[in-house]
Amino acid sequence: MTEHAATAADSHHSYTGLPNRKLLMWAFIGSECMLFGSLIITYLVYRGRSLVGPYPEDLLNIPFITVTTFVLLMSSLMMVLALAAVQRNDMRQGKLWILMTALLGLVFLGGQVYEFNHFVHEGLGLTTNLFGASFFLLTGTHGAHVAVGVIWLLTLFVMAMRGKLSSADAVTVEITGLYWHFVDVVWIVLFTVIYLLV
Amino acid sequence: MAVKEAAAQHAAGVHTADHESTYSGGLWSWLTTVDHKRIGIMYAVFAFFFFCVGGLEALLIRLQLGSPENTLIDPDLYNQLFTMHGTTMVFLAIMPLSAAFFNFMVPLQIGARDVAFPRLNAFSLWVFVFGAFFLNASFLFGGAPDAGWFGYANLTSTQYSPGVRIDFWVLGLQVLGVSSIAAALNFIVTIINLRAPGMSLMRMPLFTWMTFVTSFLLILAFPAITVGLVLLMFDRTFGTSFFNPAAGGDVLLWQHLFWIFGHPEVYILLLPSLGIVSEVIPAFSRKPLFGYPFVVYSGILIAFLGFGVWAHHMFAVGLGPIANTVFSATTMLIAIPTGVKIFNWIATMWGGSLRLKTPLYFAIGFIAMFIIGGLSGVMHSSAAADLQQTDSYFVVAHIHYVLFGGVIFALFSGIYYWFPKITGRLLSEGIGKVHFWVMLLAFNLTFFPQHYLGLHGMPRRTFTYQEGLGFEAMNLMSTAGSLILGFSILIFLWNVFHSLRKGEPAGRDPWGGATLEWAIDSPPPHYNFRVEPTVHSRDPLWAQGGLDVDVNDPRAPEPHMPSPSWWPLILSAGLVIAAAGAVAKSLPVVLAGAAIVVVSIYGWAFQPLER
Repeated sequence: MTEHAATAADSHHSYTGLPNRKLLMWAFIGSECMLFGSLIITYLVYRGRSLVGPYPEDLLNIPFITVTTFVLLMSSLMMVLALAAVQRNDMRQGKLWILMTALLGLVFLGGQVYEFNHFVHEGLGLTTNLFGASFFLLTGTHGAHVAVGVIWLLTLFVMAMRGKLSSADAVTVEITGLYWHFVDVVWIVLFTVIYLLV
Repeated sequence: MAVKEAAAQHAAGVHTADHESTYSGGLWSWLTTVDHKRIGIMYAVFAFFFFCVGGLEALLIRLQLGSPENTLIDPDLYNQLFTMHGTTMVFLAIMPLSAAFFNFMVPLQIGARDVAFPRLNAFSLWVFVFGAFFLNASFLFGGAPDAGWFGYANLTSTQYSPGVRIDFWVLGLQVLGVSSIAAALNFIVTIINLRAPGMSLMRMPLFTWMTFVTSFLLILAFPAITVGLVLLMFDRTFGTSFFNPAAGGDVLLWQHLFWIFGHPEVYILLLPSLGIVSEVIPAFSRKPLFGYPFVVYSGILIAFLGFGVWAHHMFAVGLGPIANTVFSATTMLIAIPTGVKIFNWIATMWGGSLRLKTPLYFAIGFIAMFIIGGLSGVMHSSAAADLQQTDSYFVVAHIHYVLFGGVIFALFSGIYYWFPKITGRLLSEGIGKVHFWVMLLAFNLTFFPQHYLGLHGMPRRTFTYQEGLGFEAMNLMSTAGSLILGFSILIFLWNVFHSLRKGEPAGRDPWGGATLEWAIDSPPPHYNFRVEPTVHSRDPLWAQGGLDVDVNDPRAPEPHMPSPSWWPLILSAGLVIAAAGAVAKSLPVVLAGAAIVVVSIYGWAFQPLER
């Protein structure tokens, strides 16, 4: 992901003019859609089929999750600002917005940890019933994606602090952004399917 | 450079010395290589090894079934053998053999020097290799997986399958899925972005087209089985109840998730073969492919419809008349684009000046056998007929006519066609034709009687049958055929070893092919094309005057290629170590594997591609 690698990978003839890595991320997102699609279908198939409680309506705290959802959506805004700053080679702002994106991601993850903890205290474990299993698997998979994104963003931040990130790496930041926005969009679907349709 | 001079040099086959280095170098150079040609060869060698392993498993199955109430193999081992035979042939033999061709031929066919992500390509190879040995290591640790290649719930639950057999299967397939998805992503980007100037989509060779379509199937189908396997892993490892009916779980969810992957998987196995045949038939008919756009669009349509037919594997579970009717209809629809392709191949040969070389023998054998397999497929697309045939030997006959008579024959056609490009030597025509006839006859002797066995009521996956049911003679024929079939593979191996040493030198273009791979030396130099070609038509080497540049011009500067890297190998090892830890239920081993994965991702990301 250094400058050298980027030029070597992207400078060979490109039929479409698009960077290879950007196409790769788009294709990967296509594959991820099927992964989350299969998990969401599993969740929906098992909705209302738990034999013992606690049931979704006993536990889900919509106001709380609305707040963390808002935080995650704001992180996408930060990501957009980060990319714009890197593209105009304003690395002072670039660093700030990359860090803000990662921090808001961490806040969202913190909310998820709190929520999981709360559910376990209320008696919903992974093996309690089908709701527990499918809920923890689906939101856990999403949380793992957010965590990977946070680590990725923090890596970019460290690179930027060391002066190893510049407008020449805008594609790298753009690809990070593609991933980040995708993970956000998935959450919008999960928020609707799990919380709003309870 | 003057066109005339280039033509003279091309005709003379002037060889520059440096392509000798394509395959030279010690073991290290193979372990760290990122060259698509070496990776392709390693894919082929390992895949052929596992093809032989799966074949030996099949021979043991046939020996057991050779006579009634045979006691050669006990029921437990029999279950392991048919499970591993199916899993091995699908995931460790046919898919990687196709991947071998993707790797070696696609960059050459599109005029590229390598794939878009050479290290990711090496990663796909090593994950496949380690995953394959990992899956087979189960034989040494308490027995191999034994729930069938589609592992229906709840045969796979801890209640009915304690021990680690199914854990090997669950984790092995997840690891192999990583390999397939990584490779498919790589080929999608390669084909979109690395085509030579002028090679629009509708000028791409058919094999490249089918690789492209197959790659999309891979990235879209594999996530479904990944989720199914993760659910199963959670059930087995953490005690959830996704597939436990006592807690409200639904065993049918597994079947849906598996077959939403599993039917596109059938086309993942088949489409590369359709691509190979679409290359071989025009080359040996001296005629451009008849109705090129129809063949392309039929391939796309087959792939698209392939996502809408999965429940035809589930007619017997009772989804109801509406679901059964819809899935019957969509299944029958697939016969249309498939038939279109067959007619296009026949029309390509019609009026062509056929040269009956071994690759064409296998391609024609493919068409004939694939039609038989297709017809029995159309038979059980009808839900009513399928209820009579499901779980019987009729289905076994069908799948082998499609996957052996179809795919394996086409893959052999591709091997005979491209062997000279890969090695620089032709395979022996004489031995090749003996191989073809022995294999064709033995194949039909093995599998044709199985249609009758199935219709007479012999169930699949049952370790024996009683005397007097009328199954004896046809089972004996089938077993005899399978032994001859095994012998035909030995003929092929003899041909390879013989031809590698004494085969006729191939030159650049032994068949007079139309596509770009035939413009460069055999074997190709490590950078493939010294000068990048420009393409003006579908069959660039058949165009009047040929290519307008000399792609082998020794006076052009030698292109820089990516440097070797250890990281793909180490990352793959980390992944398989983590999987082994999960089977052993040892958290430290899983964490060690994960640590290796994280370290190598960073090592990889910060290692420049060219050093």
